Amino acid sequence: MEYSLEEVMETVRMTLYHNFDIRTVTLGINLKDCIDTDIESFKSNVYDKVTEYGKRLVSEAGKIEDKYAVPIINKRISVTPVSLIVESCKEDAPLEIAKTLDMAAHDANIDFIGGYGALVQKGMTRADSRLIDSLPEMLSSTEQVCAFLNVGSTVSGMNMDAIIKIGNILKDIASRTDNGIGCTKFAVFSNAPEDNPFMAGAFHGVGEPDFSLNIGISGPGVVRSVVEKNRDCDLTGLSEVIKRTAFKITRAGELIGRELASNMEVPFGIVDISLASTNKVGDSVAGIVEMMGIEHIGAPGSTAALALLIDAVKKGGAMASGNVGGLSGTFIPVSEDSGMNEGVRSGALSIEKLEALTAVCSVGLDMIAIPGDTPAETISAIIADELSIGVVNGKTTGVRLIPVPGKVAGDYVNFGGLLGETYVMNVSSFSSRDFILRGGRMPAPITSMKN
Amino acid sequence: MPKDLVFITVIGKDQKGIIARISNALFKHNINIEDLNQKIMDGYFVMTMLADMADSRASIGDIKKEFAEIEKQMDLNIQVQHENIFKAMHRV
Repeated sequence: MEYSLEEVMETVRMTLYHNFDIRTVTLGINLKDCIDTDIESFKSNVYDKVTEYGKRLVSEAGKIEDKYAVPIINKRISVTPVSLIVESCKEDAPLEIAKTLDMAAHDANIDFIGGYGALVQKGMTRADSRLIDSLPEMLSSTEQVCAFLNVGSTVSGMNMDAIIKIGNILKDIASRTDNGIGCTKFAVFSNAPEDNPFMAGAFHGVGEPDFSLNIGISGPGVVRSVVEKNRDCDLTGLSEVIKRTAFKITRAGELIGRELASNMEVPFGIVDISLASTNKVGDSVAGIVEMMGIEHIGAPGSTAALALLIDAVKKGGAMASGNVGGLSGTFIPVSEDSGMNEGVRSGALSIEKLEALTAVCSVGLDMIAIPGDTPAETISAIIADELSIGVVNGKTTGVRLIPVPGKVAGDYVNFGGLLGETYVMNVSSFSSRDFILRGGRMPAPITSMKN
Repeated sequence: MPKDLVFITVIGKDQKGIIARISNALFKHNINIEDLNQKIMDGYFVMTMLADMADSRASIGDIKKEFAEIEKQMDLNIQVQHENIFKAMHRV
């Protein structure tokens, strides 16, 4: 046989026992060609395009799942940022389009649809402002539409006026939805990539073609099992085995993405090699770090361990595919990763430590429940802190915070399903109000003098 | 005609008739067995079979349905995966 039994079993074990899956296939769709000043025609163009391609995505993804026995967990669509396509329309157009997207996603059996957002890193147009103001109503009246805002970039700096707005808006969204769950569908970014397949931040960027099929692979369980098998090797050796594993899962992801794109007759976009955890036993990024020898994620050494982990994943992934893109960092969402959540419960993990972790390895402060009475300016300040790490270091960072109404630090909250469960994290009670309310634009950072 | 190869992996307790039942199901769908390998790994019976589906009208989904019954009756785990994924992962 051309393959040894061990090789065959390595692949089989990944899918059977270590939760290797395709976390998402996300079809990016350009909606600029749907624009019409008559809102009814506009909506019908959007609905027809999204449902047609959405249905094809679901059906073709099902066939590929069967062919390779690799589960595809989410089938999603990302669209052109909605603020761009409603510029010439009347005031309530963003909401009307959101409802159309929601209906189309439902009818096509798509899990989520992303792109309700705006790129406002330098300033806001009237349409951007209208869309941002509509977020609380949109997120409390639709089921499957996800929202994003890009409010900072390395070349433009950070739009602090937008960040002030977001603090208030997050509290408003939280107050309108059970346990503040609407906030789980809204991510704020600096340096947001245009081809990210992961929600809530996916959108189909203006530099993209008409369609683009992007794929997010996931293998925390697979990586954890190789770390477990290599208990005695030093960190150089550990990086080597993680690299090889990342290579293999990226190759599988690229194969599946390319074949799906070809079957749908759309261009293949990127493979996002982010390690994305779930609450399944063993499928945890925190679990990998703990297997490396850290007692609980958040303990000293966690930042170094995660830095090693993602560096090895990137090296393996980059060798495996010329199309690595999207976020491609380690996700450390608190509620969606049982190990992270245990770190919070045990007291090992704080928001401040999470922020440090995001400086070297990950994509941001994700799925963090905070007390419902956290002042809006403090929420804005946490966002500004996190995004400035991205702006200054030329990387993507994002924030998804949930100020849970009526809950205080240490309380338990369950968001259900993949969104998981968590303990509400403590937030510093010292004020940042006067700093945040200054507003304006934080200038773009100098890109030389790197220390 | 180019081959259309799939790997069938069976994991479980060794017992009479595993290969017979699987071969029978494949024969029914005009699928040719190209190679076969078996071993005890970590205390489990593991068999991998390479089969060519080029002459068959069945899809991998159809074969899986066929195997579901065998899995249940014999308490086995049977995976069917197209060869391409092994090529992608293990051959550069």
